[in-house]
Amino acid sequence: MIILSLVTVILLLLSFFADRGKTWAGLKKGAKMFLNIFPALLTVLILVSVFLYAVPAHLLTEWLGRGTGWAGIASAALLGSISLIPGFIAFPLGAILVRNGVSYQVVAVFVTTLMMVGILTLPLEAKYFGWKVSILRNALSFAGALLVGLLMGIFL
Amino acid sequence: MKGRAIVILKKFGFALLFALFISLSWLMRYSAGMVIGRNFRMFFLEMIVFLPLMFILIGLFDVWVPREKITRHVGPGSGSMGIFWVILLAMLQAGPLYAAFPVAAMLWKKGCSVRNVFVYLGAFSTLKIPMLAFEIGFLGLKFSLLRALFSLPVFIAIGYLLALVLKNRRFAVKEPE
Repeated sequence: MIILSLVTVILLLLSFFADRGKTWAGLKKGAKMFLNIFPALLTVLILVSVFLYAVPAHLLTEWLGRGTGWAGIASAALLGSISLIPGFIAFPLGAILVRNGVSYQVVAVFVTTLMMVGILTLPLEAKYFGWKVSILRNALSFAGALLVGLLMGIFL
Repeated sequence: MKGRAIVILKKFGFALLFALFISLSWLMRYSAGMVIGRNFRMFFLEMIVFLPLMFILIGLFDVWVPREKITRHVGPGSGSMGIFWVILLAMLQAGPLYAAFPVAAMLWKKGCSVRNVFVYLGAFSTLKIPMLAFEIGFLGLKFSLLRALFSLPVFIAIGYLLALVLKNRRFAVKEPE
């Protein structure tokens, strides 16, 4: 985060000294792109906020902890696909699950689907890629994430 | 003026309703609404620290990087080096996946191939270095390493597959308006 801010500031300064007009044009373009996506972004953030209320972290832990075998993997895949949890919550959650004796396979499937599949962000993705392609990408990613999670389970 | 107000209302109507709901929840100490409001604040903060930076960089990228360069390195016919470059770009970034969509749109605009656009998204969702560091801290090196190792061929395959499916279909990454 700090690095990203630093890089941005440095590039911005370099750009500004090299060519003011170009820099302004770039900033304007960036701002316009941001404003264009802002309403859809707000909608997605609202959906995500409501979802996290409906399924809070402690409930996730309970559901994932109870499931064993294929049922556990299925619920992990489902929850991982729908949730949009930032890493700073998801990874500590995964660590707690492992400590509570939940199998690595379930945790791995949850983490991989969480990263690769985003059902709640589909409205946003569709703005860029269209609905068909976005759904296809997520479906393929779902299969891929499941595969990765299951493979990890064999080795962990 | 009136037309403009309607456009704004149409775009932000849902958000305005939500704001009203959260304000009322606070006034009436309605706990569900208050929790949702707190969640929203967390997600909004996550978004607002990342995206403006991202869009500044995308804007600068747009004016400074010539299309010819991008086409040459990650465009159709860039081969495996193209894959390498988009993965490297994705690894150096941070933030939620939706921050990658506008970058993907910009890459596409500058001539990046379909395959590489989706490989970029795959790498962004699974191999960002800041996220890997965090993951290793909580779930261990072995876990992260295995995940990264297995994810790599999977998202490259997805890139190839999508490029194959979308071939001859006039697919384009749009800039939302």
